[in-house]
Amino acid sequence: MTANILAETEDLRVCYGRVEALHGLSIRIREGQIVTVVGANGAGKTTLLSALMGLLPHTGRIAFPRWPTAALSVEERIRAGLCLVPESRDLFGTMPVEDNLRLGGFSRRGDRGYSAGQSLEEVFALFPRLKERRRQTANTLSGGERQMLALGRALMAKPKLLMLDEPSLGLAPLVTKEIIAAVAGLRDHGVSILLIEQNARAALAVADHAYVMETGSIMLEGPAEAVARDPRVVDSYLGARKADPEPSNEDAAPAPHPRLRTAGS
Amino acid sequence: MDLSIFGFLVQDGLATGAVYVLLAVCLVMVFTVTRIVLVPQGEFVSFAALTLAGFEQRQRPGLAWILLIAGGIAFAMELYGAWRRRTRRGLAVAAFSFLALPAALSAAALAGNALPWAAQVLLTCAMVTTLGPILYRVAFQPMAMASPLYLLIAAIALHFVLVGSGLYLFGPEGVRTAAILDGSTEILAMPVAFQTLMIVAASLALNLVLFAFFGFTLLGKALRATAVNRRGAQLVGISPDYAGQVTFALAAAIGALSGILIGPVTTIYYDSGFILGLKGFVGAIIGGLAAYPAAALGALAVGLLEAFSSFWASAYKEVIVFTLIVPILLWRSYAHLTVDDDHE
Ligand SMILES: Nc1ncnc2c1ncn2[C@@H]1O[C@H](COP(=O)(O)OP(=O)(O)OP(=O)(O)O)[C@@H](O)[C@H]1O
Ligand SMILES: [Mg+2]
Repeated sequence: MTANILAETEDLRVCYGRVEALHGLSIRIREGQIVTVVGANGAGKTTLLSALMGLLPHTGRIAFPRWPTAALSVEERIRAGLCLVPESRDLFGTMPVEDNLRLGGFSRRGDRGYSAGQSLEEVFALFPRLKERRRQTANTLSGGERQMLALGRALMAKPKLLMLDEPSLGLAPLVTKEIIAAVAGLRDHGVSILLIEQNARAALAVADHAYVMETGSIMLEGPAEAVARDPRVVDSYLGARKADPEPSNEDAAPAPHPRLRTAGS
Repeated sequence: MDLSIFGFLVQDGLATGAVYVLLAVCLVMVFTVTRIVLVPQGEFVSFAALTLAGFEQRQRPGLAWILLIAGGIAFAMELYGAWRRRTRRGLAVAAFSFLALPAALSAAALAGNALPWAAQVLLTCAMVTTLGPILYRVAFQPMAMASPLYLLIAAIALHFVLVGSGLYLFGPEGVRTAAILDGSTEILAMPVAFQTLMIVAASLALNLVLFAFFGFTLLGKALRATAVNRRGAQLVGISPDYAGQVTFALAAAIGALSGILIGPVTTIYYDSGFILGLKGFVGAIIGGLAAYPAAALGALAVGLLEAFSSFWASAYKEVIVFTLIVPILLWRSYAHLTVDDDHE
């Protein structure tokens, strides 16, 4: 059942000036999995994604298929199959939806076997609403449509690992559900996902594996359904109501207990 | 003023205005993509005219020195960056565009005097265009994240370095290149020089090419995307360094063509670029350094105003044109259509 490891960090550290924001993070993402990182505001989740993407200087090891040991630039990481949908979306507001999407495939231009038109159709099949609005400029879209566009733009680059920073930020619960369902659908297309969500309940429900982060360190990790049942997680992130994750049909055996990490480990 | 003088002034204004349009469009393009006010834009123009004149007068091509030295510095910077990042990736491309290309063009330029006119023009444009990305690499890329004010100061410094080198390499004499087209025709019973027609037509054609490039090609859209949202562009794999170098290559190419166009009608000195660029700048700020059509119309207006003021009050021609900046800036600040400096 354990798939190959797609990406791995070891002792990842990031400093903002003199302040260390990530204190040696080690996480692991397996192929075809959704991995979620849960944590309070300011825990360092966005910092983690920025470091993985190469937007921030960092120390420690990041392993990814075909990565040479040298520090890679953002563009090189994108070409290697990493893609980030940031919290702020960063769409090209004054440009039409279709141009936004086509630019998403910029890093694949000239690649053998890559067809922008075909990728565009795949994205439209996933988000038919974007097809209806392909000529509309991105800043005239609704919040949910913008998030779909951000996801679609990322998918145009054919990522192996898609990193999503709070895709449900500012969306109504129903739209959030739709987005999360789309994310779960991507896994079935073979894309691995590193998901960060304010809505920890929704994230833990779709994820395979989960990390709980506190002030720059991983406090807890384990299979998502086990983490969702952990009393500390229930208290801090899932609210008072006890989470009862839907029993997944494939595992009848009780999920293993999540491992508690101490700050130094 | 009778009608024939009026017609002549309009012609004159349109011809110089058409060149200012090109400069204004470049300034807007460079500013929106890189946030740099490209003060040395005019140097591309003057260096192109001086280089072509040098070929015609059988002199040694001074531009080759700038190209070789700046290219060498650019490559050294790449080497240092590669050493720090412990990687050899990107060095081959850098060696080509910063060493091999300048060397090949310089070698061709040594034999440039013997070349036919069209080849000299092509060579001149190629040399100036190659200089664009080199200058970006050396002067701006290391500080690309700095605020527009710092970038402006770097641009001013680069301008002085280039003008100083220009004086040393091209000498203080002014040049006029050979007329590209002789003769004239009649439009609306008014004699119109072919040269004027060609300048206007070439400017129009170049603007159309630029329009098509930014509107329909992926690379053009990528540059626009960088202007709209730098971080978003980086996240789809458009490196700011790449966008900057491509933009500078475009600006240099258009500057070079402007120099070829204006060379036969205006005497160009080593330091003429600044005044030319400044007039394009007056046009560009009419568009708030952000809107192409407004910048183009503004630059055309500057050309016409200049033509008429040189007829009525030729001693004050520059005064009139540059005094125009004040009311324009006032009007712009009231209209407060400022450029979005995306969340940085
Ligand atoms: N550019 C910066 N300069 C200095 N400190 C920063 C910077 N960005 C983030 N930090 C600090 O690093 C820590 C982690 O921030 P980060 O944005 O990664 O948190 P987060 O987990 O994404 O929070 P949220 O859930 O609110 O998005 C915070 O204490 C924050 O103040
Ligand atoms: Mg965050």
